[in-house]
Order: sequence, then structure tokens, then C-alpha cells
Amino acid sequence: MAAADREVARPRPVYLNLIAIRLPMPALVSILHRITGALLFLVGIPLLLWFIQRSLASPDAFEAAMLPLRTPFGKLVLFGLLWGYLFHLLAGLRHLALDLHIGITLAPARSSAAALLVLSVLLAIAIAARLW
Amino acid sequence: MSRPIPAPVGAHYGLRDWLSQRVTAIVMIVYTVLFLGYVLWNGGLDYTVWKALFAGNAFRLATFVMMVGLLWHAWVGVRNILMDYAKPMSLRLALQIAVICLLVGYAGWTVQVLWGGP
Repeated sequence: MAAADREVARPRPVYLNLIAIRLPMPALVSILHRITGALLFLVGIPLLLWFIQRSLASPDAFEAAMLPLRTPFGKLVLFGLLWGYLFHLLAGLRHLALDLHIGITLAPARSSAAALLVLSVLLAIAIAARLW
Repeated sequence: MSRPIPAPVGAHYGLRDWLSQRVTAIVMIVYTVLFLGYVLWNGGLDYTVWKALFAGNAFRLATFVMMVGLLWHAWVGVRNILMDYAKPMSLRLALQIAVICLLVGYAGWTVQVLWGGP
């Protein structure tokens, strides 16, 4: 008997409340990889090009371009983008490892996903501390 | 005896995109490590160091190669996102056209930044 012919004992619940769904660690890394990628494309690239263009014009323009980076809001935006970039990069490396069949069983996939989240934050803090 | 050739199915860009996503990622990683190394080695950036860096043609070309890789990588990634979430064909096509326009604009801006300076 084909699976489709079988009678379903109970109707399965469709449960797609995004706020109540608890994502497993690898799923969280996967969706963050996507979100950081989209943000880098929409915000990261234009801000980077804008900053380089402004900062190269003259010593005064360089100082002016650096100015927003010294405000708390500017630092927050830069830290966010820095973390987003590092997270996306490290998640990509994890992806390459998975392609090579390294760490594809459940336990290492979970722990590497958790390590990735911690490491990306620590690395972003370390680089930000070095720059400021 | 030769085996029968399977009927061609699908859009045929899957493997190419899978590979180019990884190759462009590695190009960007190499660039990032070298760039971060340079900045941290110099203990941050001031205008003189920054200006001298962008005056070198090798650095300009390397940056251009990295940016082409980045824009290509962004296209594959954003197109995958649109294929997953933008289901109506008209919406998907409109968003893909917008993304392509944005990417071509970024490419032009990159050339302007690298070679259009005073």
C-alpha cells in the first residue's frame, strides 16, 4: 500500500509559529548564514564602497569619514557588520568542512555550530578592541 | 556497450554555482586575511598608510578581483534566497532584476573608487 493511501490517524499539526519554534543549533547557524549574507549584500557592500571612496579623497575627508565610527551608534553598526562578516566567513568554512565530509554526524555538527557562534563574537570583540 | 545517456533535466547551473560559490569564498578569505594582517600589523590605519595602499596598482587589481568574486558570490546567494522565498514568478523576476541592477551598480562604483580618484 502506498504511503499516500494510508489513513492518517490524527491530522498532523501545522506548527509554523516562528517565535515559538526552537531551532536546533545547526539550523540557527544556517539561517544566520543567510541573514548575514543578505545584510552584507544590502548594507555592507555600499557602506564599504562609500567609506573607501570618501576616505581616500583627502586627509580632511579621511577624518570626516572616520568621524561616524567614533560615535556609539557608528561603533554599533560597524561592530554588527564586523560580526556579520566574521560569522558568514566562519560559517562558510564550516560549510566547506561539511562538503569534505568532516563533522557531518549530529554531535560534531551541533558542537561546531555552537563553537562558531561563540568564536565569531570573540573574534569580533578582539578585532574591535584592536581597532579602537 | 555504451550506457544510455540520461535525459537532460534541470537548469544545469547547479554544479557551476555550487563550485563558484566556494571558489569565490576562498578568494575573499585570502584577501581578508592579507588585508587584516596588513592593517593590524600597521596598528590601525591613518591617511598616509591608507592612501599609499590604494595607490599601488597590484593592490587595486587584487581588490578588483576580490570584488568581482564578492559580487558573483552575492548573486548566487541572493538568487538562492529569492528562489526559496519569492514564489510568484513575477515577483521573483522583478527582485532578481533589481538585484542584478544593484550588483552592476556596485561593480561600476568599485571601478570608480579604485581608478577614478584624483
